[in-house]
Amino acid sequence: MSEMPAAARPTRRRVITEEINDEAPRASAYVCEAASCMSAQAHDITLRLGERAAEAGLTDVMIKRVGCLGLCAAGPLVEIAETGQLFGHVKPDEVEGIVKALKKVKPTDTRQPQGPFFEKQLRVATENMGRIDPEDLDDYIERGGYEALKRVLSEMTSTTVRDEITRSGLRGRGGAGFPTGLKWTTVAKAQGTQKYVICNADEGDPGAFMDRSVLESDPFRILEGMAIAAFAVHATEGYIYCRAEYPLAVARLRTAIRLAQRAGYLGAGIAETSFNFDVQIRLGAGAFVCGEETALIASVEGRRGTPRPRPPYPAVQGLWDCPTLINNVETLASVPTILRKGPEWYAGIGVGKSKGTKVFALAGRIVNTGLVEVPMGMTLREIVYDIGGGIVDGRPFKAVQTGGPSGGCIPAEFLDMSVSYESLIELGSFMGSGGLIVMDDTSCMVDVAKYFQDFCRDESCGKCVPCRVGTTQLYMLLDLITRGEATMEDLAQLERLAGIIQRTALCGLGQGAPNPIFSTLRYFRDEYLAHIVDRVCPAGVCTITPAEVMA
Amino acid sequence: MSTVFTFRIDGKDVAGSEGQTVMEVAEENGIDIPALCHLEGIHDRGACRLCMVEIAGSPKLAAACMTKITEGMDVTAHSELLLEYRRTVTEMMFVERNHVCAVCVANNHCELQDTAEELGLTHFDLPRISPKVDIDASHRLFAIDHNRCILCLRCVRVCDEIEGAHTWDIMHRGLETRVQTDMGIPWGESTTCTSCGKCVQVCPTGALFEKGRAVARGSKTRRPFLPWMKVVAEERGL
Amino acid sequence: MSKPRVATVWLDGCSGCHMSLIDMDERILDIFERADLVYSPLVDFKDYPEDVDVCLVEGAVSSEEDLHKIKMVRERTKTLVSFGDCAVTSNVPGMRNPIGVAPLLDRAYRENVTLNPQIPSEIVPKLLPASTPVHRVVKVDVFLPGCPPSADLIYTMLDDLLAGRVPDVAGSRFGR
Repeated sequence: MSEMPAAARPTRRRVITEEINDEAPRASAYVCEAASCMSAQAHDITLRLGERAAEAGLTDVMIKRVGCLGLCAAGPLVEIAETGQLFGHVKPDEVEGIVKALKKVKPTDTRQPQGPFFEKQLRVATENMGRIDPEDLDDYIERGGYEALKRVLSEMTSTTVRDEITRSGLRGRGGAGFPTGLKWTTVAKAQGTQKYVICNADEGDPGAFMDRSVLESDPFRILEGMAIAAFAVHATEGYIYCRAEYPLAVARLRTAIRLAQRAGYLGAGIAETSFNFDVQIRLGAGAFVCGEETALIASVEGRRGTPRPRPPYPAVQGLWDCPTLINNVETLASVPTILRKGPEWYAGIGVGKSKGTKVFALAGRIVNTGLVEVPMGMTLREIVYDIGGGIVDGRPFKAVQTGGPSGGCIPAEFLDMSVSYESLIELGSFMGSGGLIVMDDTSCMVDVAKYFQDFCRDESCGKCVPCRVGTTQLYMLLDLITRGEATMEDLAQLERLAGIIQRTALCGLGQGAPNPIFSTLRYFRDEYLAHIVDRVCPAGVCTITPAEVMA
Repeated sequence: MSTVFTFRIDGKDVAGSEGQTVMEVAEENGIDIPALCHLEGIHDRGACRLCMVEIAGSPKLAAACMTKITEGMDVTAHSELLLEYRRTVTEMMFVERNHVCAVCVANNHCELQDTAEELGLTHFDLPRISPKVDIDASHRLFAIDHNRCILCLRCVRVCDEIEGAHTWDIMHRGLETRVQTDMGIPWGESTTCTSCGKCVQVCPTGALFEKGRAVARGSKTRRPFLPWMKVVAEERGL
Repeated sequence: MSKPRVATVWLDGCSGCHMSLIDMDERILDIFERADLVYSPLVDFKDYPEDVDVCLVEGAVSSEEDLHKIKMVRERTKTLVSFGDCAVTSNVPGMRNPIGVAPLLDRAYRENVTLNPQIPSEIVPKLLPASTPVHRVVKVDVFLPGCPPSADLIYTMLDDLLAGRVPDVAGSRFGR
């Protein structure tokens, strides 16, 4: 690694001149440096852009690294902040166009609409995403950061904070949708002198990367959300349980914690009040089950990450048997904005009992792979076609999988259904953490069910018998079907067994493991029958032994 | 003074002290709820899922060994549905590894065998998984045949909670889960094992056995030492 | 009216279940007062006849011959009984399943043989990839586990079957 010239070192506020210039820049280029774009050399782009701008004699521009710009499919992404002009698929050697665009920016320029992918979104948890440098506390504060915490500490009591969260209608964004205000109240009222707040950042659903992007793009927001939560439930210590597979998120969290501690937003006497709260990071070693709260607690305690039966719930008996609040990244990320803009504002968004917005990770056979935040109640069609840009190659939409391995597949006939916790459950799926995997006619639904069963079988912790053995048995039956060797008795056995596992498994992972089977059977039973009776895979995915060879 | 709760199990009126589990009160009242990981004297973990019971008003089943009693609760410990669940869960234990009763040291002294008989399980609809599983016979007195292990973890708990040695623990996950001695070294090389034999004593199957016992000669006459050790521990305030 | 026709078949097992059948002593006279034994390793009939009412199958399905035989037996039998642990669970014959056929034959016929090691390929039927319980190959009507099932249980079951009752196998268990 050669030493870069000081002038080209990309930092916020450092305009590309010999000396640091604190004046507002005339033009700024925001380079997405979240994991997806980083893997496509985004950091090199930032460096090169700095060099080229300096060579071109641009002294009044800013090159800033920012968090996820959302449209991962087009990464690496660079945005001219003043005009909203976007550059996609940028290569480090081809930044001249961006330099030219920077030259052209006039003070009178205004941001132009960036297309439906951006315009149809409503950003709450991700409001700073792609706008701030994730490692710059000042940048966060400039955009309203820590306003909420300061107000909470100076003007509010723990009761009024909880009341505002309850009134906002916020529900757990980790999957189950438990009312956040109620959870906070339970922890606050639980007996115990020591209480904890844990941020669950052990995101593990296939195709889900919402928490990752939030952590990489706006880590201070999580710390602020946790501090507010801690104040509301009388906790003084917090843990962020993040999977070790997210090194960039962990690094940025570490930086954020250090900066927040130095600035007095973490530690003793936060924001010059008597409130104390500090945060530590705990790394998960890659077990999916550690996203389950009791397993997560065991893992934080340094024990084997396996779940235990509830009750007692962690709110009453959690970390080291103390009352513990566990919230997901996105839930905590929504908290500062809700308190800043008011619970009524938040409750005004959404539909029915599902208030506010939800972050979705669009993946699969969709044009605009990436991260979006939309109001609850938006239809699947809007998400998939307007925001997502439709199906790759214009193929027909077949289904969308939500809720990860405990979720289900929703077929085309429900494209106009509005997305909420309730509607998804009604359709046999699950909100989950927000992974949205789009499938077209090249997907075989039995194969999809088999994929998720394989995931569950692999991730089973092995504690309870129905999950440890049952998921493998389900997988074996699905394998038999995809090989065209199953009978109708096997199908009956599959359904029977799935029902038993759902009712007898110990934790959510095991109880939810049969869901992909139930939902594909509900909407795509004909595909199962095609494999079993006609011995064909309609999508042409499964390799089926010809019937005559079988005999 | 602890509070006494009255409630019902299978329609029978029963009473228990606050803090007791459904399983404990059922046992006291002669109501047999099948279980394989539960053992009086060591902590429960609710993992075998055989003791699942229905509690009126709750959509979810609950493990009797982990469910604390409450006033007026209405527990169904036996029903056609629960019988089917229990049979299938027992079946899962049989097909997971390689249980061959005919050549097992614990034949006729095996709680898994007993459970199958009690539940009227006469055959397995599920296919056997037939994994290749090891045997560790490196210990002077005892051996473990993982083919017969159902991962009840009684050995792990008794070693930790009663003997205080914590020689046993678990490694890997899912179907690959194995009980292990020390950090996965052969049992005979363990520096923590006190050779007390409690693990062998509590093993419900023939997975842990004394060396030199022939097929079906591995009778484990129940010594009442576990409850006794628990009483001693409580008296000493441990 | 002719007597019910009973048969017994011996697949991959040790014949212990048949021994247990004989163990019912004089009660066997009672059974075969009421039924005809039309095929069995215990008697000298060469071919499995048509129209058998009850057949007790001992042993697991381990070879191509076993497979051929059990399919034929199933076709010609009204009530098929999985008789003993080998038939019900594959038991001892199934112990080879985790090993696999090729390493198994190598160990048995090559590695431990000093004189003329070779794997028999003629006359003896080929082994199936796995030794399986009978009900994984054909439909089974009654299961009687046990290694072996006790003579009492066998008698009760046959008594029930011959009387046209649903057989009561309570008290049966794997192993003994």
